[in-house]
Amino acid sequence: MTASTFEQVRSIASDIFGLPLDKITPESSPETIETWDSIQHLNLVLAIEEKFGLQLEPEDIERMKNIGAVSAMVEKLQSAPR
Amino acid sequence: MTEMSEPTSNPAPGQRNPPNLRTDIDSLIVQGSFDPASRRLAELWRRDPAPATASFVTSRLEQLRDKLPLTKFKLAILRSFTVEPIVPLLRAEAFAYGIDLEVHVGDFNTYVQDLLDGESSLYRFAPNALVLAVRTDQAAPELWRDFADASPEPAQHAAERVVKSYEQWIDVFRKQSQAALIIHSLEQPAVPSLGVLDNQSDAGQSGLIRHINHELRRVAAGFHGAYILDYDALVARHGHEQWHDERKWLTARLPIAAGHLLHMAREWMRYIVPLSGRTSKVLVTDLDNTLWGGIIGEDGMAGIKIGPEYPGAAYQSLQRALLDLSRKGILLAVCSKNNLDDAMEAIEKHPGMLLRPNHFAAVRINWTDKAQNLREIAEELNVGIDSLAFIDDNPFEREQVRASLPEVTVLDLPQNPLEYAAAVRNCPVFERLTLSTEDQQRTEMYVAQRQRAGAEQKFQSKEDFFRFLEQEAELAPVSPLTLARVSQLTQKTNQFNLTTRRYSEAQIADMAKLPDWKIFSIKVRDRFGDHGLVGVAMTHDAGEQCEVDTFLLSCRVIGRTVETALLAHLAETASRRGRKRLIGYFIPTKKNAPARDFYQQHGFTHQESNGTGTLWTFDLETSTLRCPDWIKLQT
Repeated sequence: MTASTFEQVRSIASDIFGLPLDKITPESSPETIETWDSIQHLNLVLAIEEKFGLQLEPEDIERMKNIGAVSAMVEKLQSAPR
Repeated sequence: MTEMSEPTSNPAPGQRNPPNLRTDIDSLIVQGSFDPASRRLAELWRRDPAPATASFVTSRLEQLRDKLPLTKFKLAILRSFTVEPIVPLLRAEAFAYGIDLEVHVGDFNTYVQDLLDGESSLYRFAPNALVLAVRTDQAAPELWRDFADASPEPAQHAAERVVKSYEQWIDVFRKQSQAALIIHSLEQPAVPSLGVLDNQSDAGQSGLIRHINHELRRVAAGFHGAYILDYDALVARHGHEQWHDERKWLTARLPIAAGHLLHMAREWMRYIVPLSGRTSKVLVTDLDNTLWGGIIGEDGMAGIKIGPEYPGAAYQSLQRALLDLSRKGILLAVCSKNNLDDAMEAIEKHPGMLLRPNHFAAVRINWTDKAQNLREIAEELNVGIDSLAFIDDNPFEREQVRASLPEVTVLDLPQNPLEYAAAVRNCPVFERLTLSTEDQQRTEMYVAQRQRAGAEQKFQSKEDFFRFLEQEAELAPVSPLTLARVSQLTQKTNQFNLTTRRYSEAQIADMAKLPDWKIFSIKVRDRFGDHGLVGVAMTHDAGEQCEVDTFLLSCRVIGRTVETALLAHLAETASRRGRKRLIGYFIPTKKNAPARDFYQQHGFTHQESNGTGTLWTFDLETSTLRCPDWIKLQT
């Protein structure tokens, strides 16, 4: 995972979950972020799709267990367009 | 913080997420600088209207909403699909137009119960407007997936049943609530169940859905404040296949793709902005590189680009969009840094121009700064600064206006002139939900007003000018035809209004039935045009005296002696009924100073001042009031 993708994902997560940037780490997950509920998960998915011009499959969405996994997924999808 | 230190908000294309804006906003909020914080927040949203930004904007809006002069508006949404991710986008967009939007979302598919049950959370929320967003699959399942199973007869019945249900829902809602109702039309399937066979009959899937949508328009037109949102046209505008996201539909009941959620929010805004009164009444336009390509002062008549061929055609498209606004009663005005003669020659004579001098209600072509010119235009047209919208290709001019006049709606014209017209057509401040005949004639009225002002300067004496005007006034008792306008004038008129008493249509209709009350309206026209119904007087007789209860004139005609004609008519008719005195109050307000000396100037004697105001009296037995002989009076 490159720094620039992670920074962009982190900035989105900071907006969506209402937390300062430095509180978002690759390990941040629904367990560590109180506001990460199902509605905010959908908002995160939509923000990622809009920002990176992607359309995520249900399986991709399942894999979004923490912010690090989200960044890795975005990079994979960007490098291998379907 | 001074305005000079504000960063320029003309980002290079692609740079849409300035890193420091968010931190700036947060520190401005901490410092208590709420207005600058609000301006930066709106700027952030304009630059990057994305879902993540919407979350940031709405969370900061929570901290600012009580400290800013925002218009509060409550919107309820009853729905058959997931709308939750659209709500932050909608609230951020509303904020950018000065609206603090509170949103109530009903549960999935409970719209029928919510509408029918007067105790439901919908009615407890007391919305200003309700969006009824039901998709075809829910409203008419027989016409959606299962269409191929249905025989033609049940499908026809289903269509009729759908229309009847909507009619019943609107009716029930109208009995419970005065809120505006915005009804989504039903969308067509991207591909009908029977393929091209469907196109061969009116009773096919798409034919029946089209029939329902047609009927919904008719049904909605029968109710006050019920409006159709053409959801099918919205989807078509962006393309069925782009708009729809089957994955999200099947996993989260969200049928709209991430990139189009903003377009749904913006379509709702086209209704919310006019319903909340945040519309613009005037569009002020720049000239060079906005209304035509090139610079008239340098390129000359032959060099500027405006005409039916590209690139002039792009500017003609914008002019056509402005003409359409003008037909909706939105006034057009020019504000341009140019030599007046150069620019006027192009507007008057260039063969490619669609807009001509008579389309503009006010013109400021000079080298003064634009903020000052905009202030003058608002004053000349007698509207608030917040009623102005401004278009200019130059980002520097736009920022200067934003910084000095934050109340003005400044449109961000795209870089490419081909996109100018769409930017204007998509801006919700120009939407109107109803149109009166007065709206349609508004530009002509203002242009005539400018001609009058021009003529006035040519006359040595006021009296010569009045004679030249050839005014005709028509006085008549209030009638069912004029009742609405008479009531509207008592509600709206602030300046030349002696008592500022507000009356509803029902109150005026009741008073008109009483024998001792007289209610007159006055219509005025002159050589330049028709002013329409511009004045109201109401009197009631008590013993020997006749008291003027209400006396008002629209500011369009004050100072042209029409007020004298109206007062003389009151005196004459009162005298004919045997009254001995005409009396009336002047009740001062913050705005009615223009009417303060009215009774004194017409020979009334000051009788007393009390808690109500000053009372004036006129002896009808010893004195007479004459209608000026330059006004032709019809009664």
